[in-house]
Order: sequence, then C-alpha cells, then structure tokens
Amino acid sequence: MIKTIVSTELPIDEQFRIRKNVIQHGRKDGLRFCVVTGTHGDELEGQMVCYELARIATERIDLLDGTLEIYPALNPLGIDTIQRGIPNFDLDMNRIFPGDPQGTMAEQTAHAIIEDIKGADLVIDIHSSNLYLRETPQVRINVQNSEWLVPFAERLGMDFVWVHDAATVLEATLAHSLNSTGTPCLVVEMGVGQRINHKMCRRLVRGILHLMQTMGMWKDSSIDELPNPLICKGDHVTFLNAETSGVFLTELKCGVNVSKGQTIGQIVDPLCGRVLSTVSSPVDGYLFTIRAYPIVYEGSLMARIFNLPC
Amino acid sequence: MRIETIFEMTSPCRDNFRIQGYRFGEGEKTLAIVGAMRGDEVQQQYICSQLVNRLTMMEQRGEIVRGKSILVIPSCNPFSMNVSRRFWAMDNTDINRMFPGYDQGETTQRIAAAVFSAINGFEYGIQMASYYVPGDFVPHVRMLKTGYEDVETARLFGMKYVTICQPRPFDTALLNYNWQLWDTKAFSVYAGKTDRIDRNTGNETLDAIFRMMKRTGIIHQGSLGVAYDSILIDEADLLHIKAHHAGIFCRLVDAGSRVAAGESLAHIIDPYNGQVLSDVKSAAEGTVFFAHHRPVVFQNALLFMIHVA
Ligand SMILES: [Zn+2]
Repeated sequence: MIKTIVSTELPIDEQFRIRKNVIQHGRKDGLRFCVVTGTHGDELEGQMVCYELARIATERIDLLDGTLEIYPALNPLGIDTIQRGIPNFDLDMNRIFPGDPQGTMAEQTAHAIIEDIKGADLVIDIHSSNLYLRETPQVRINVQNSEWLVPFAERLGMDFVWVHDAATVLEATLAHSLNSTGTPCLVVEMGVGQRINHKMCRRLVRGILHLMQTMGMWKDSSIDELPNPLICKGDHVTFLNAETSGVFLTELKCGVNVSKGQTIGQIVDPLCGRVLSTVSSPVDGYLFTIRAYPIVYEGSLMARIFNLPC
Repeated sequence: MRIETIFEMTSPCRDNFRIQGYRFGEGEKTLAIVGAMRGDEVQQQYICSQLVNRLTMMEQRGEIVRGKSILVIPSCNPFSMNVSRRFWAMDNTDINRMFPGYDQGETTQRIAAAVFSAINGFEYGIQMASYYVPGDFVPHVRMLKTGYEDVETARLFGMKYVTICQPRPFDTALLNYNWQLWDTKAFSVYAGKTDRIDRNTGNETLDAIFRMMKRTGIIHQGSLGVAYDSILIDEADLLHIKAHHAGIFCRLVDAGSRVAAGESLAHIIDPYNGQVLSDVKSAAEGTVFFAHHRPVVFQNALLFMIHVA
C-alpha cells in the first residue's frame, strides 16, 4: 500500500510528496522493518535496492511475516535535479534531523520523516558515497551505538563495518536521530554517486533479506549464511589526502588489500606532462574508499585504508 | 597597512587560490574581521573593501590606537565568487561549516584551518555573515549561545538589534561558534543583504563597526551616524509567519517596517489565475526583522519574522 508521509504545495502546479510502500503480511503486531534512501539526491544505489525489495516482497509476500516499509526518495527534488542537497537550501539534508515542525520546509520535512519512521524494529539507511569517492559495501556505526548495532550489521553480508567516532555535526543525521530515540538504524555506504552497481545492490538485497530472516520476518530457507564482514573499531583508519592539486590517475578499485609503500595512484599535470605527487599507502591494510572523481585539489580525500593488525 | 597571504594553493587548471589579509596597526591582536566566505556574499565583500579603504587612511592619520592591531580578510573564497557559486565549487562544501578546520583534512577544512590560525587569539572577532534562509534582515549583530557570548560588547555596535540563538548540531562547525570557544569575543554582523550591494545598509553597518572600534578603544575617532540602544532578542521569541499556500509572493512590507496587528504583509497569488490565495497578516504589532525575498514560495516556507513590541 502506498502512503504519503509528507505533502506540501510547490509554487507552480505541483505537489511535493514523500511516499512509502507499506508491505504487510502475517502477524499484524509483528516486527516493522524500514528501508530508506535518497537523502542525498546524487546517491542512486538505494533506488535499485528498493526496487528489488519491493518486487521480491510483493511477489513472495507469503514469505513475509511482519511489515516491510520502503522509502525510496527522502529528497525527491534533489534526486530529480541531480544534486546532493535540497534545491535552494544551504544545509545537507542529513545534517538537519530530527528537524523542526516550526522551521524551514526542509526542517519540517525532516521532522515528519522521523515521526513516521521512529518505533521501527530496524531501519536501513542506504547511501552510496558521492561523485568523488568509490566505497566498498560497508556499514557505518557511531561508536556510541556499537554494542547495540554491530550484531545487526554483521548479518547484512557487507564487506566491512566501520565503527567511527562521533562528531557533533553527525548528531543531526537521520541515523543518529533515530538511534537516539531507541530506533536502531544502520547506515550502508556503497558504490559511487550517480551510478548503480548492480552486483553491490543484489548483495545488499540479499543481506537485508538475510537480516529479516534472522529476525523471523522472512521465511526463506534458501538464504545461506553470509560471509562475515571485517570489523573496524577504534582509531584504525588511515586517511590519504591529496598533497597537490591536479588530475588523479589510478588503476585500483576499492575492496582490496594494499601493502605499505604500494602506489595507489598518481596526481599529474596535463599541461607539462609531469607527475606532481604519488599517492601511496603508508600502511598494510584494506582499501575501502578510493577517489573516483579525477580532478583533485590539495586536501581532496584520495583513499581510506583500514590498518590491518600485523 | 601590510598585505599578507594567509593561504595559497595551486589548482588543477585555474590560477592559484589565494586568501589575502590586510593588517593595520602594531601590537596586541585586537580585532579580526572576516568578509565573504561564500561566493554570493558580495555585500559582505563590499563592506570589507570599504573597511580596508578607510582603515588605510586612518592608519596614515595615526587614528589607530597605539599597541592595537587589526586584521581584515575581505574574502576567504575568491574562487567561488569568480564562478558565481555560493559554496566551494568542486564539492559544494561550505567553508563556514568547517571550523576550526583541519590542516591535514579536506580542501575546505584546510582553508578553514588556515583562516582560523590567522584569526585565532584576537580579542574581538567580527564575521560579515549571511544566513542559511534566503531573505532580507534588519542589520544586526548575532551570537550563538555558547556560554561565552558577550552581549554587552555586542551592544557597543549600536545596531538596532542584538540577537542570540541556541546553536544546533550543524552550528558547531561555524566560525562564530569556534571563535567563541577559543576565547575571542565573536560577533556575526548581518548587513541586511547578501547577493546584492545595498550601500545604505552597507554604510550603516560600516558605521556600526567603526563605532564598536571606537567604544572598545581600538581607534581614536568614532563614526558618524546615530547609535541605537540595541534591543536584545532571542531568535526563538520572534513571531514566525509561514506561507499557508505556495505561489507567487508579493511582498508589501520590507525588513525594518513597522506593522500593526492584522496588517497585510504580503499576498500569495495563484501563478495561473492571479487569485489571492493567501493574505499574509501579522498577528501582532511589531517590527519586521526578517522578510523572505524570492518571488515564489513553497507552502509552509518561513516568510517573516516579527519582533513583537
Ligand atoms: Zn549519502
């Protein structure tokens, strides 16, 4: 059943709507599982994941015991205008939760979204990096919630779980706002902005169904155990930033092990035909993020590496 | 006056990116002033250019108090202004949401770190700011409530209003917030406009800044113009008026207008047939502190903030 959770007028003959698909079967008082995406309008992997989940859950509704709610577009105007943020609004939508019913339209929308989702038994918030970075399929968890959320994350079949520190600005994310109301929310990051990686999406769909199965919401015995992810807790991530501005060239993809001293790529000067700097790994580790967009400035993030214990 | 380069980096295919600072006087780090941080803050940049101009003359005439030094950074972001983007063009990040910065981090974190290290340690800090909601303001001094905000010094500007507001999580990376935490008495000055130059509010703001400099003993000669006995308001106490309908926005009053209870502030008209969809009225008598300025509005958009009195 399609439900509209936000509906307001736009200036010229258009209604702004945020919609969800509520798929319900079996116990009425059963568990509620929400899949949300599209907060950042340039992140599209979640579109395919939502499509696949809605398709499978509708076709095999007999396997569902509980409620699956799918929210494919929390920032519909951003998706439609190929922009990360909300058109004509300064702030990243994922920095204004839990919103404010008295605030700007974006803040009112954020408030309505939280009110609608909270109380769910599990929420998956799907992101796909941005235009600049390529990410291996991973779950990100705020360190404050690690004991509570890592056991859920381990069952999603992703490559990597990053338990990261809590910056104050991140208190205003959708996930943090839900978690602080007692609603568990996992953030999934994968792929690269503006593109859909089918393989990664299928993996996440399978991971979500597996997680639902372990929660007793999806009665499908054909889903096997999934591989365990690498789990990174504490301060074990090396950030590599560009030393110079220029054009970044690399042969690597993320999701591979790299050794200390290994070249990750080069920043070059197309005018003079020179290498300006070489990006190399200072550690032995697992490369889970790599620069995707080739034009870089001094400081641009080039890679993130999980330092593997020796 | 001495010009110094606060930050410089190469770019992939443009000129070098440079941030220039203008120093006046010698001695204690007394006042730092930061202008445009976003590419559309031309009013802020204009005001800084006038400040540098006047301070240069004042320094020559010996009007800066001995032992006090002033740093003005008219722009932290010339690249964005040159290509008409509000934020850093490469990744759309906002330098003003990167403080205190990180010199080993992302590009805009590095820019923020360089700016912050240049302006940190001053006794007073003024940022020529713009707001994340588009519209016109009565010029005012704004401070985030951090426990360190200095209302009494803010009154020395003699602007009509001094406002305070509760910081939200996304405000903790603002310059104003971090300046305060690092012991600078920090003031965000809102000069009414952002993407247009308004010389009247600009000159009023300049007068206010020179007045504050005189009253804090940084310069010998004050400015002309009449000082207000500033009204202190908490932004949460302003009357917020929203749009009941979307449509074309015809504003009838400006920021600063005095309005009566029940007075029409704007009409929202149907964009197809011209019918008045909504006659936006003030629920109380007061002064228009903020007025939305786009020609079309969304339903529930914030249209006005009224200081009721
Ligand atoms: Zn995202």
